[in-house]
Amino acid sequence: IAAMMASSYNAKEEDGHHSSGSSHGGAGAVKSKKPDNTAFKQQRLPAWQPILTAGTVLPAFFVIGLIFIPIGIGLYVTSNNIKEFEIDYTGAEVSSPCFNCAKNFSWNSTTSCNCSVPFTLEQPFESNVFMYYGLSNFYQNHRRYVKSRDDSQLNGDRSSLKNPSKECEPYRTSDGLPIAPCGAIANSLFNDTLELYYIHSNGSSTAIPLVKKGIAWWTDKHVKFRNPGGSNNNLTAAFQGTTKPVNWRKPVYELDPSDSDNNGFINEDFIVWMRTAALPTFRKLYRIIQKKPNMTPTLPSGKYLLEVTYNYPVHSFDGRKRMILSTISWMGGKNPFLGIAYITVGSVCFFLGVVLLIIHHKYDNRNNSADIPN
Amino acid sequence: MAREAEETGMVTGSKVKKQRKKKVKENKTRIVHANILYDHAKGEENPNRHYANNKIKTTKYTLLSFLPKNLFEQFHRFANVYFVFIALLNFVPVVNAFQPELALAPVVFILSVTAIKDLWEDYRRHRSDKEINHMDCLVYSRLERRYVERYWKEVRVGDFIRLRCNEILPADVLLLSSSDPDRLCHIETATLDGETNLKQRQVVRSFFDLDCDFDPSKYNSIIECEKPNNDLNRFRGYIIHRNGRRDGLYKENLLLRGCTIRNTEEAVGIVIYAGHETKAMLNNNGPRYKRSKLERQMNVDVFWCVIILLVMCLFAAVGHGLWMFQYGDKRPVFDVLSPEGTDLSPILSAIYLFLTMIIVFQVLIPISLFVSIEIVKICQVYFIHQDMDLYDEETDSHLQCRALNITEDLGQMQYIFSDKTGTLTENKMVFRRCTVAGVEYSHDANARRLAMYQEMDSEEEECMSHGGTLTRRDSVTSHQSARVVLRSQSTKSHRRTGSRAEAKRASILSKHTAFSSPMEKDITPDPQLLDKVNECSSQLDFMRFHSQPMSQLPSDLSDIIDFFIALTICNTVVVSSPNQPRQKVRMRFELKSPVKTIEDFIKRFTPSRLTSGSNSSSSSSLITNRSSNRGCSSVLSSPSAESTLTKLDEERPARGLEHAFSPVPPNYEGKTWAAEEGELRYEAESPDEAALVYAARAYKCSLVGRLPDQVTVELPHLGKLSFELLHTLGFDSTRKRMSVVVRHPLTDQITVYTKGADSVIMDLIKPPSTGKRQRKIVYRTQNYLNLYAADGLRTLCIAKKILTKEEYACWLQRHLEAETAIQGREELLFESALRLETNLQLLGATGIEDRLQDGVPETIASLRKAGLQIWVLTGDKQETAINIAYACKLLEPEEEILTLNADSQEACALLLEESLHYIQAKFLCTSTDQAAKTFHSEFAAFDIYPSSPPSSSSHTSPFTVHRLGLVIDGRTLAYALDKNLEDKFLAVARSCRSVLCCRSTPLQKSMVVKLVRNKLKVMTLAIGDGANDVSMIQVADVGVGISGQEGMQAVMASDFALPRFQYLQKLLLVHGHWCYSRLANMILYFFYKNAMFVALIFWYQFYCGFSGSAMIDQWYLIFFNLMFSAFPQLITGTLDKDVSAETLQQLPQLYMNGQNSEEYKPYMFWMNMIDAFYQSLVCFFLPYFAYADSDVDLFTWGTPITTLALFTILLHLGIETKTWTWMNWASITFSIALFFTVALCYNASCPTCYSPSNPYWTMQRLLQDPLFYMLCVITPLAALLPRYFYRACQGTLFPSPVQVGRQLDKLPSETRRNILSLSRVKVGAQLGPKPPFLSLLKPFPKDYNHKDQKSFSNSKTAQGCQGPVLQMDNVGKSHQKGQSSPLGVTHSKKGLSDPYTFVSTEIDTLPYTKEAPGHTGDWITSTPLLTQGDSVQVTLPPAGGSQCVTYKRNSEETPGLDHTNWNISPFF
Repeated sequence: IAAMMASSYNAKEEDGHHSSGSSHGGAGAVKSKKPDNTAFKQQRLPAWQPILTAGTVLPAFFVIGLIFIPIGIGLYVTSNNIKEFEIDYTGAEVSSPCFNCAKNFSWNSTTSCNCSVPFTLEQPFESNVFMYYGLSNFYQNHRRYVKSRDDSQLNGDRSSLKNPSKECEPYRTSDGLPIAPCGAIANSLFNDTLELYYIHSNGSSTAIPLVKKGIAWWTDKHVKFRNPGGSNNNLTAAFQGTTKPVNWRKPVYELDPSDSDNNGFINEDFIVWMRTAALPTFRKLYRIIQKKPNMTPTLPSGKYLLEVTYNYPVHSFDGRKRMILSTISWMGGKNPFLGIAYITVGSVCFFLGVVLLIIHHKYDNRNNSADIPN
Repeated sequence: MAREAEETGMVTGSKVKKQRKKKVKENKTRIVHANILYDHAKGEENPNRHYANNKIKTTKYTLLSFLPKNLFEQFHRFANVYFVFIALLNFVPVVNAFQPELALAPVVFILSVTAIKDLWEDYRRHRSDKEINHMDCLVYSRLERRYVERYWKEVRVGDFIRLRCNEILPADVLLLSSSDPDRLCHIETATLDGETNLKQRQVVRSFFDLDCDFDPSKYNSIIECEKPNNDLNRFRGYIIHRNGRRDGLYKENLLLRGCTIRNTEEAVGIVIYAGHETKAMLNNNGPRYKRSKLERQMNVDVFWCVIILLVMCLFAAVGHGLWMFQYGDKRPVFDVLSPEGTDLSPILSAIYLFLTMIIVFQVLIPISLFVSIEIVKICQVYFIHQDMDLYDEETDSHLQCRALNITEDLGQMQYIFSDKTGTLTENKMVFRRCTVAGVEYSHDANARRLAMYQEMDSEEEECMSHGGTLTRRDSVTSHQSARVVLRSQSTKSHRRTGSRAEAKRASILSKHTAFSSPMEKDITPDPQLLDKVNECSSQLDFMRFHSQPMSQLPSDLSDIIDFFIALTICNTVVVSSPNQPRQKVRMRFELKSPVKTIEDFIKRFTPSRLTSGSNSSSSSSLITNRSSNRGCSSVLSSPSAESTLTKLDEERPARGLEHAFSPVPPNYEGKTWAAEEGELRYEAESPDEAALVYAARAYKCSLVGRLPDQVTVELPHLGKLSFELLHTLGFDSTRKRMSVVVRHPLTDQITVYTKGADSVIMDLIKPPSTGKRQRKIVYRTQNYLNLYAADGLRTLCIAKKILTKEEYACWLQRHLEAETAIQGREELLFESALRLETNLQLLGATGIEDRLQDGVPETIASLRKAGLQIWVLTGDKQETAINIAYACKLLEPEEEILTLNADSQEACALLLEESLHYIQAKFLCTSTDQAAKTFHSEFAAFDIYPSSPPSSSSHTSPFTVHRLGLVIDGRTLAYALDKNLEDKFLAVARSCRSVLCCRSTPLQKSMVVKLVRNKLKVMTLAIGDGANDVSMIQVADVGVGISGQEGMQAVMASDFALPRFQYLQKLLLVHGHWCYSRLANMILYFFYKNAMFVALIFWYQFYCGFSGSAMIDQWYLIFFNLMFSAFPQLITGTLDKDVSAETLQQLPQLYMNGQNSEEYKPYMFWMNMIDAFYQSLVCFFLPYFAYADSDVDLFTWGTPITTLALFTILLHLGIETKTWTWMNWASITFSIALFFTVALCYNASCPTCYSPSNPYWTMQRLLQDPLFYMLCVITPLAALLPRYFYRACQGTLFPSPVQVGRQLDKLPSETRRNILSLSRVKVGAQLGPKPPFLSLLKPFPKDYNHKDQKSFSNSKTAQGCQGPVLQMDNVGKSHQKGQSSPLGVTHSKKGLSDPYTFVSTEIDTLPYTKEAPGHTGDWITSTPLLTQGDSVQVTLPPAGGSQCVTYKRNSEETPGLDHTNWNISPFF
């Protein structure tokens, strides 16, 4: 913006010649204290001196306005093209199918509770569909919560595995054994299981294939998180001498017994959870529904059923649990805000530009003619 | 004898005290034995071993002690303790917010920066110490039995050292021997007290009569003296000889470290105090530490920051408590228990959180601000040092900043208190004219010669001021160098700067003596007077030859010769010859000590002796006594003296009467003298004396030698005459005169020559009844004196008196009594002097010019335009002071002068009361009417000499400054400074445009400064050059010393040392302004920056349950201030120029910006805070909504916010930056690059470290995210939109004067030069005191009261109709000029004519004009358009009926009156 201001370099006349002491008289022997005549020392460096007046900043405002509004419209349209569906399955209301599960559930319950939530997609979802679970009022950004983890342990460090960092307190040891993974974050791992079924018009249902890998950052999966014992397949042995977090039903090495590449610390659901959310209402990527090779939409419009294995209690903090289906664009998920912001700022700039123009014409003309003849 | 009596008196006096406090007294003495008595090897036997050696160490630290000591000192700063406290708080697990080690980083960084700075300073001190410690001197060695070269640091107490001419004394030394036949040793104390005249020191009495070769090995006395103290003018002790004899020691016996031996070939002394115990070192205080006004203001805001911090923490703590409370017993999973697993109650949690938040928000207290300010100030000082315009080529010295931390105060000065002599004037006295026996000799040729010097200076000045272009500058340099060659030869030496390291160099340079520029020395005699002198002396010669009594000489001729004799001998000038500077020039024709006893007198003045011509026994014995001494000492003097003696003896029988007259045989001495005569140099205590002696020499009356008892004068035709010096009654400020009593060698009469202030001498003149001629002389002389005074010359009257022997005997009797008196000797001597100096015969008067320094009137005028009140406080007498004030344009001839001279408290009270009434009555309209008052103050820029700045009006009602001058003398000042009267005095003084305090003592000077400073709450600057200004310099907010002729004392006490008064203009108007505006802007920016950054985290607390969590990685959080955003602001704080130096100097009005603290007002802090909060809201909520309900994680969300904040902060700085040099661009680029580099490296470095954020690959991923870029574009823009818009509107609607100045800068250089040169022309042409376009520069107070606005704008309109009319001719002229200018057609036309459109429509530029209904004003002013001399306030009361026109003038000339009427008339 600065460059747009209607000002020019006013390279002031400055004598670049460095007049050294030798040019002064014959008393060259005595070192003169005369300061050097350099542009820097005499504070005469060539400089650009923008003067902020209505006249000079006017173009900047118009230019900003003219650039921002189209960008804003573009962003807005992009965001609107994203399809998103969201369903709340907390079960706080009596009418909700999961009410029963939610009502009498706590971390201590051993049996799981299942509920099914039917929903309808009005529009088909093209391309890859991302399935998120969302939590509200969950303060994953609480100061002590955020700290409560041991990155070395999660990186597969053996000594940390047996002797987790004290940051994990009070979820560091349980019954004398070190907890793996330690800390409050791991302890509160989201453990609902969501499954999606498409209800055909004839009433039969088809399970929609949900891809559970590729949901975490590549660097997390391959650099930050590692199982102890390296590529050794015997995770049980690797986690020998540790115990599971208190709230967990099963130890870490049984998170995904079916796939050794998604088990233990490198389980992607676990990795995603460990990346603590910025705000108390957040969503986390749960599964990906791959785009189908043929032209059919990934999720055609119609009726669906969300099968929930209800494990995760949110009642204690008035939290809500949601399942979100969304396609994404180049700028992420559906969020019209940025487009609106661009349009707004652009319009405001344009408006202010007009105001400045008026001011300029009313008050600035003589100034302008006087001070900047060029 | 007299002296001994005095000693015994002192001894008895002290004995009484001794008995009282015997024990204390015991500890208060130091006993010094000679070292050679003790074997060097067995040091423990040496009784001197406990005394400090001569090695000096001014460093604060050693290698070992540096760390602890420096840390200890740094922790004296409250801020440092605070930050250490916070860092330590981090080690407490329950409250810690950051990694404890990391939290230490900022504190450690700040401490180490300061430590490095201290270390560097200490190293420099160490180096200079080393240099001094390794200087050489000669110390007597016991082993080798001779003097050997030793380093200074090896000198110990009790050593004998031999000093040669021009050597610097290594320690405080008791003088035991001198090669001088009078047992004197001359020293120059310039480095101590700055006085360049030579001081005499005497050999200790017991060693007075020793052989010339002082043999240290025979010395075995013990010295008992005071403990080391810092009183330069006090030394007492005894020397106890082996035989038990005790002799007193006085300060006359002590040579102080740092002084230079002059005119004495060799001296030997014993070291009494060495190293740090020397008086010089004890006097050496370190640099001064002052706190600037800006810093005081800043500290208030730092305090507010603390309050904001506490409020924010409290808010968060309460919020957290409530948040905890809402969950009750249902512990949510994210509320982690304490490490012990215990549950925290909400209240306890809140308390812990409060402490945590203090840590998290610590950035709000700008820890790095203190360091940044220090860095910026050092850079500012560096640039001030480097300024070529503040460099004086003549003395090769530039400005010294001695106080490093008050540079910005220079931009906020409101009152200047200036010394006169040496500060405004050169303190180079030049003989200008004289009047002898009532006849004026105007010395026209001399005046022409002086004018030539002046011309040369001004010519050069002209070039300097024009020197804008390359070619111009070149010519200047060549011109300058030419001048330097011409002048440097003689003057270079005696002005020097005082750092110790230079002492060596100074000693080489200063072979020349004081007060001897060619200007002072070469006096062109008045031909008429010269003829008379010649005639007179030839007559005398003739008469002498024919043995006629001298009294037959015509009285006017005898007056002339007496006049010149008085000029020559009535002084204390010491003569020296340049070829042999170590040798006093002496012609000892007769050796006699001053009359000491009655017997002596009788012996010497018995008629028998006078007639017979035979030498009295006493004197002859003296001769023999002395000549034996001399046998081994002097080279030049002894043969001549001896031979003269013999000559005298031979000739006396022939010319019995003129026994003391030396015929000077040409074959013998003539040659020597002729060769040297022209080069004799005079060393005087005051420049006046030297000037008079040089003047007399121009008339061939040269002083050729001075001894304690005799003065030798060479007269034309007559040759050398020796005057027997009977008494010298030295100058004192009460008597204001000095006298010498001599025996005239021609008439043999005892003659008193008196020289003194005219006011005093005139009263002592013999009553004019004695003769018509005398009366006439007195009358005429008085006339001429008045004339001289009006010319600004310092006047002195010369008078003489002839005493009969009886009178003399009578006076001598009592005088000797007085001299020998034990008690009240001073008063008795004073009375004795009074008795002598009566019934004088007036000879004549002299006018000496104390030339103004170059550019003083211009400087004063421009400082005054800058809104500075200038008071001159001088010790000079009223007339001189007033004249100089006129000369330097402090007072204008048209100005009315209030003179306050009172001789009692009541009279003074009455006078003040009257003056107040007078002022009120005179300026009724402005001082009574509230509206008028505001009008006047708002019209400041329109007024020629703006009223006191509105800022002071917050304390008291606005005072207007009238065209009045106040002159007050010292005595009245003493009354006026009394508690009861000081308010009245101030009320009078502040409404006067200029204040002149004459005859003020140093203490009064400082009292005046203190009074103004404390009562008016203004910033004061005191400038002076001499020791008498020291107290004033110390009291003022900023003390400026002139490193001029009077040496270093003022400089030592000052914060800034300037080579010339003239430089004050650039120092204040340019550097002061820059320093102030740079620092003020930087401080404001700092507050903004920190608040904005911290607020981001504060907003986040609402979304993290007030848990003290931060989305910004702690590393960013801590290094944001120290690294990422630090450099651009330092560059801007150091280099930003709001207005160019040229414009600042041409438009002094811009200085008011700083006086009124326009750049940093309390509301600005809050505005910046609000802006900071707004910007942080934008920077927080744009990302918040952009990422709302997404899967973004904490630090992936926080990093863009950090980036945005950085961009916003840098762009904000960009808006506030006025000049963009490549350094600004580079620093901003560097900052951004640094941030991304650091972030990328940091995020790639370690996948498991940096808990809790563990930002592995975050930045890398963000850089692939288009959303990040979209945010980075919009957020800073949205955040800065209001400020940018506001600045743009302000620049158009109500530009500050500074902004207008900046617009002027933007004009093409030729146009600008034209405008500015035009303004100068106009001032000269008396068309208007100010170029009309300057009216634009009216300071527009933003909080301007709307009620007053109307009347204000009305008046504007009224003036508006008048403005163009009056300025039409200017405009026309300039248009012509523009067309005829050979510049490019279109461009030049535009460039030249535009400013004048600008000019003629000046009134419209004020925004209020448009809105205001314009018709005939309620208020009409014509102030700015009048001639310079008149201040006319024309006001029509709103009723419109009676008009109140006030104008005033008091000068005799009246042409301005019509002018005034003409100006006013169109409106009635």
